[in-house]
Amino acid sequence: MEPVIRTENLSHVYSAGTPFQLTALNEVNFEAHEGEFLAIIGHTGSGKSTLIQHLNALIKPTSGAVYLDGQDINATKESVRAARFQVGLVFQYPEYQLFEETVYKDIAFGPGNMKLSTAEIDERVREAADFSGLSEELLEKSPFELSGGQKRRAAIAGVIAMRPRVLILDEPMAGLDPGGCREIMANIRRYHREKNATVIMVTHDMSQAARTADRLVVMHKGTIAMTGTPAQVFSRSEALTGMGLDLPDVTKIALRLRERGLDVDPSSYTIQQLRDEILRLKGGEARA
Amino acid sequence: MLKDITLGQYFPGDTPVHRLDPRTKLILTVVYIAALFTAKGVVSYVLMFAALAGSVWLAKIQLKALFKGLKPVLIIIVLTALLNLFLTDGDPIFQWKFIKITVQGVRTAIFMVIRIVMLIAGTLLLTYTTSPIALTDGLETLMRPLKKIRVPVHELAMMMSIALRFIPALIEETDKIMSAQKARGAEFDTGNLIQKAKAMLPLLVPLFISAFRRADELATAMECRCYHGDEGRTRMKQLVMARRDYIAFAAGAAVLAAVITLAVFGL
Repeated sequence: MEPVIRTENLSHVYSAGTPFQLTALNEVNFEAHEGEFLAIIGHTGSGKSTLIQHLNALIKPTSGAVYLDGQDINATKESVRAARFQVGLVFQYPEYQLFEETVYKDIAFGPGNMKLSTAEIDERVREAADFSGLSEELLEKSPFELSGGQKRRAAIAGVIAMRPRVLILDEPMAGLDPGGCREIMANIRRYHREKNATVIMVTHDMSQAARTADRLVVMHKGTIAMTGTPAQVFSRSEALTGMGLDLPDVTKIALRLRERGLDVDPSSYTIQQLRDEILRLKGGEARA
Repeated sequence: MLKDITLGQYFPGDTPVHRLDPRTKLILTVVYIAALFTAKGVVSYVLMFAALAGSVWLAKIQLKALFKGLKPVLIIIVLTALLNLFLTDGDPIFQWKFIKITVQGVRTAIFMVIRIVMLIAGTLLLTYTTSPIALTDGLETLMRPLKKIRVPVHELAMMMSIALRFIPALIEETDKIMSAQKARGAEFDTGNLIQKAKAMLPLLVPLFISAFRRADELATAMECRCYHGDEGRTRMKQLVMARRDYIAFAAGAAVLAAVITLAVFGL
């Protein structure tokens, strides 16, 4: 099946020809399929942010290309604009981009740029607010009166209102309390499910990535070092730690148990899996 | 794009010029400018040029960097040249209707261009080899006597260093907000002037808010570390004049004296 979005030998060099030259991406072949939930993990400076900004044509490739439905997104001005609307990108700390008088107007900024009718914009704003868990009365407030978590949700709603087929989020949970994280995660999952959208999430939190993603993409020094299901990726724990990456908490416990001679599956990454493994070894049945 | 602004950029290095005390460099720059405006004839200009070229060579500054720094003032240079060329009275060498070019005009135009280029190149040398912080430190020390007439020297210097410190941060922030709004379909470079001005709103509002937030956080952080202004404040890095500074002063004084002498004889 043709992926929704893919890159072909994508390379990007910052400040080429100056002493500050930096190869951020090196011959990256990345793809995401319709309805897939992807997590991109990697160390700071591994090229994650550069990669995702290529996916909606914010950055032009130094060499290689990005294809959306098989079309080169950098081909014409129109294709760039189309990509911006079909591939929604939520930056890190998106609440710092809020600027309008009311939350409603801010969410309407994206759809407004799409030149939609007022009725259509209204429908999308309300839908996006619902997806992001913003109540009706918050819409008429100034975005600067909201709490941190509400601001974050308003900013995410601003991207969701464009109804992107591919939703990319850069560290959407950074700096939020656990409750806020859970709510935002649930909202993203609901958008993914109900719209059959492709979601690409950049994250540092391995446990989070393990729990939510169908597939993981591990970036290292501007290349894709590994990709596969969480079980496949976390079974190579040594390679991951070698890249300076963390492991999910459950995987860490599984590895420690193995060190002590308990033959549990080292790629376990959910509590459920580890529980089953331990029960299997103990030869007992689940009591609860 | 925005990061490519050169005017006043510092190129770190470890050359005799980089190591000079910022006060020395500031004073010598003033001396250099004074000499440049005293210089009248070809001989003095050759001398000034030798002084400038020597300093550039010592500082290992690439000519490319100097030319890049001159680019923003290109319009002023061209304008000065044209005005001097056409508006100077004297013996005409070319005349067509009301347009008249004189020998004196050509002469003044060439000298003015050389003077401006050398002026900018000299000051660029100062900012290329002196970090902004060192520069403000030097300025503060040099202007200390002005405190007697109640000029808030320390406060001005502190404001200047804070402003300089935050320029890169604000540029980065601008880039980030621009990308974020572009991701929502904003366009910054299309439409007429009014549309363009309107399109700046989604950029400027978040930028101002973040600038105020930063200022607020910085003020709190400074207060937490008991910043209370100038009174009784000591420095971590004391500025000390070394032998190289005196050598530089001697060289500067020699050039200035030579240029004044030459000017008396009209060379």
